Amino acid sequence: MSGPLSSAFTRLYGASGWAALGALGFVLFVVFPLLNLWVPADSALHISAYWITLMGKIMCYAIVAMAMDLIWGYCGILSLGHGLFFALGGYSMGMYLMRQIGADGQYRAELPDFMVFLDWKVFPWQWWNTDSFAWALLLAVAVPGLLAYVFGYFAFRSRIKGVYFSIITQALTYAAMLLFFRNETGFGGNNGFTDFKRILGYSITTPETRMVLFTLSGAVLISTLLLGRYLVTSKFGRVLAAIRDAEQRVMFCGYNTLHYKLFIWTLSAVLCGIAGALYVTQVGIINPGEMSPANSIEIAIWVAVGGRGTLTGAIIGAGVVNGAKSFFTQAFPEYWLYVLGLMFILVTLFMPQGIVGLLNKWRGAK
Amino acid sequence: MTTWMWPPPVEIPPRHRQPAADDPVSSYSQVVKPGQLDVTHGVVLYLDNISVSFDGFKALNNLSLAIDAGELRCVIGPNGAGKTTMMDVITGKTRPDSGTAFFGQTIDLKQYSEVQIAQAGIGRKFQKPTIFEHHTVFENLELAMKAGKRVVKTLFARLTSEQRDRIAEMLKLIRLTDSEQRVAGLLSHGQKQWLEIGMLLMQEPKLLLLDEPVAGMSDDETERTAELFLTLAGKHSLVVVEHDMAFVEKIARKVTVLHEGSVIAEGAMEHVQNDPRVIEVYLGR
Repeated sequence: MSGPLSSAFTRLYGASGWAALGALGFVLFVVFPLLNLWVPADSALHISAYWITLMGKIMCYAIVAMAMDLIWGYCGILSLGHGLFFALGGYSMGMYLMRQIGADGQYRAELPDFMVFLDWKVFPWQWWNTDSFAWALLLAVAVPGLLAYVFGYFAFRSRIKGVYFSIITQALTYAAMLLFFRNETGFGGNNGFTDFKRILGYSITTPETRMVLFTLSGAVLISTLLLGRYLVTSKFGRVLAAIRDAEQRVMFCGYNTLHYKLFIWTLSAVLCGIAGALYVTQVGIINPGEMSPANSIEIAIWVAVGGRGTLTGAIIGAGVVNGAKSFFTQAFPEYWLYVLGLMFILVTLFMPQGIVGLLNKWRGAK
Repeated sequence: MTTWMWPPPVEIPPRHRQPAADDPVSSYSQVVKPGQLDVTHGVVLYLDNISVSFDGFKALNNLSLAIDAGELRCVIGPNGAGKTTMMDVITGKTRPDSGTAFFGQTIDLKQYSEVQIAQAGIGRKFQKPTIFEHHTVFENLELAMKAGKRVVKTLFARLTSEQRDRIAEMLKLIRLTDSEQRVAGLLSHGQKQWLEIGMLLMQEPKLLLLDEPVAGMSDDETERTAELFLTLAGKHSLVVVEHDMAFVEKIARKVTVLHEGSVIAEGAMEHVQNDPRVIEVYLGR
């Protein structure tokens, strides 16, 4: 034993794991910024703003995928409503970004355009203090977290499990979508929030601001990975996996499984909220479409494709599926949903452990 | 702590007490600590007039049973006699329609959840071996071990060397030392049964409920299980539900026969075997 810190290090990853993580950090924090900001745009090595935004977006999705994997892959609870937590984080940050537009909107009013359009004179109560960045960050964490905690408490206490739980989460996100579609809710109805101009006073469209947001997403991604890794390699993680495999036995061992499920479920929602807040700053739009049931199902597909029960698998899955998505929706837009469906079927039939499982099999076969 | 969870402390009037198995030092007055097992009267489990019905079917019908501290009790009975339902009632999985169920003198099992009952010191082995198939044998024992079982505790838990020693001892006892790092799902059926028994013992329960512990075991394994149970009795109280009569004969000191949810006979094996009602409903078939 050489101190708790170093043993925690070796517990998380082996030497090659840390090296790979270091390489990822180098690429995200050094290579990408250099190639985007310093290499001139006409150079072959230049990485365009398009790619930075796309990569930033995919990193946010990867955080969501890891959050999903913690609850589904490790604890066996399939949520089909994680898009809701992501969207709530996005809306929380979106409110701040709307306030930052100030009087530069179409109507030159202090109120956001959609409120002027609805002939509102003052901000509704939900918008209280939303011109504060810190408050927006707090909302992005607290709103999804609180909702998940309350919902999870009742669902887990009633011992709702398996497909029933999945269906209820699906209904939850659908209900929220319908609520957010309504203008009276005060979140811009079906148009949501867009046309952001500034964040913390800086223009949101400059390459520098974009790069800051990109590296921030990368930092959150790596932190989430390490946090997740800490959790799943701890005794807590082993209890989670035991709940997945034999919950009765865990209870008869004296563990209150309600608390375990509630903890990981709420944490998962909070991570989604943070990802959503990062996402909206980079993509520049948030609307109730993010809460559509299909979006939440897609999150489950990322994890299934990458490999359930491995955090790197979740990242890879989010990357592969979304990479394919941005290719197909440009090249063959009408076929994307078929490709997605096919991908899911093929993975379910032939790669139950996902891409990571396949890689491990190849490595084992050598 | 909220009072609905744990009954408030009760002052017991001074009275002559019989020395209990694991507490030979008796005093004339004591404060009963809530949630803590008290077997000063020598009884560890007390069921009285328990009835449970499912959709009109009476699974348990005025069942009464008392287990002494340190006793090894065998419960037999034909299929559907209510053996498993009885265990469900004791462990809080099923709530009785009527009757009283006490663990020691102080713990009213009807007011406790499954988790609280497990924490109070009742361990249960299921009919079908229930272990964590994807965890290693070592991890199975680690999870079952008596230690902080709250979320915060497990988040920062680190095995102490004493805890490692205890796991190693248990591995030796259940003869799985060589399989320590094997995934539990790969064990043979008999080994899984032993692992589950090992997990129960790691919990350091006062009362062990064992539902068909030797099902699927080889003769040799059954023999060793019988030896193990005999050494455990005294330190723990055991309730063994078993169909294997040879096994029951080997370990039984006192046998309870259940039929249609009630106790129809109780006593030494020979006594029970010669009871005409028992012969009629069970042994004579």
